[in-house]
Amino acid sequence: MHHLFIVMVIGGAIIWALTIGVLAYAGRTRPKPMSVRGASRLIVWGGVAFPVIVLFLLLSYAVWLMPQVRPWLPGAMDGTAEIEVTGEQFWWRILYLDQAGKPAFETANELHLPVGRRTTFRLKAADVIHSFWIPALGGKMDMIPGRDNTLSLEPTKAGIYRGPCAEFCGTSHALMAFSVVVMEEADYLAWRAARTQAPVAPQKTSGQELFFRHGCAACHAIAGTPAIGRIGPDLTAVGERQTLAAGTLSNTPDSMIRFIRDPASIKPGVKMPAFGMLPDGDIEAISAWLGGLK
Amino acid sequence: MKWLREIETFWTLFTAPTVWALHFLICYVAFAVFCAKQGALALSFDTVRLALGGVTVVALGVIVLSAWLAWRQWGFGTDDPPHDAPTDEDRRKFQGFATLLLAGLSFVAVLYVSVPLLFIGACQS
Repeated sequence: MHHLFIVMVIGGAIIWALTIGVLAYAGRTRPKPMSVRGASRLIVWGGVAFPVIVLFLLLSYAVWLMPQVRPWLPGAMDGTAEIEVTGEQFWWRILYLDQAGKPAFETANELHLPVGRRTTFRLKAADVIHSFWIPALGGKMDMIPGRDNTLSLEPTKAGIYRGPCAEFCGTSHALMAFSVVVMEEADYLAWRAARTQAPVAPQKTSGQELFFRHGCAACHAIAGTPAIGRIGPDLTAVGERQTLAAGTLSNTPDSMIRFIRDPASIKPGVKMPAFGMLPDGDIEAISAWLGGLK
Repeated sequence: MKWLREIETFWTLFTAPTVWALHFLICYVAFAVFCAKQGALALSFDTVRLALGGVTVVALGVIVLSAWLAWRQWGFGTDDPPHDAPTDEDRRKFQGFATLLLAGLSFVAVLYVSVPLLFIGACQS
């Protein structure tokens, strides 16, 4: 795209200079009468043939540059990652796909992307219309139930960015966001490999035992444990995420405890029920265990 | 071919833009359907591309034919515009000249619409 910009700017500058040059020439010289034949020729070549050819060349160049339309060129689609993101009230289900387009692993509310590589997003919605938007990386795209929309982005700078939901989707629409961690390619590959490998069972603590006893696993999945619930966000490595509750709280033990105790007071309309009836000690133990998942 | 010259209709004027519109529709609808139903149709991408290339050649041929008829209606350029006298002959020549210009515009437009056919390689997944 960088080349497109340069070519268009230089091309536009040349045409501008030519036009202004002709204008200045016409204004300064004494007009001499032109033969009908000469004038017609000037109109046909300068007014028809020249713009038609220039526009044809520029159009061809712009179309030729689009990476998706010429994937047969070597390198055009190399290393392209594909990620399926589903908008749900009020969080993001994120499914990384392998090279063959099969599901590799799932996560939620946080994207990890390699810098300098184009990633294609397949965007879906589970309930109502949401909209996927990472303002720092590109335009937004609606997520519509029953439809697959496609968006492709190429981050050029490592860092952490925020992506909000950009289509009103319910009471907690303003509290539906995700973090985007753009990493150097080696870091990204290491992160991805760690996720794709056979999951290591987390250390057994009373928190884990309480997580299962109080039924958290009915809705949440954690790789390496028997928790395979798919109603709520996947909690694998939730301790390393930037935020909790889809970009709403900073990832601290206190936030985790607050959210488990009464999610609706933080995110109105959230599907997760309140667990305020549990003893404080149990909630703290569960939070400590979840916070340690990395 | 004498009957062609006797018919008084605006359709000669519209032929080339209509071909342009049809060509545009055929190209876009064909690829939209093909890409939406990739598995369901036993056609390869290049088959569709070649078929649309054929449609383009036919469209350009019809436009050239229309331009030639218009040129003839205009009297092969024997008389210069603006053809604004209130006579049958001027009306005919004006229509011929306008048709010729529209045919030129349509020819270029059909070429532009076909540019992606040269470069496109796959449906966006």
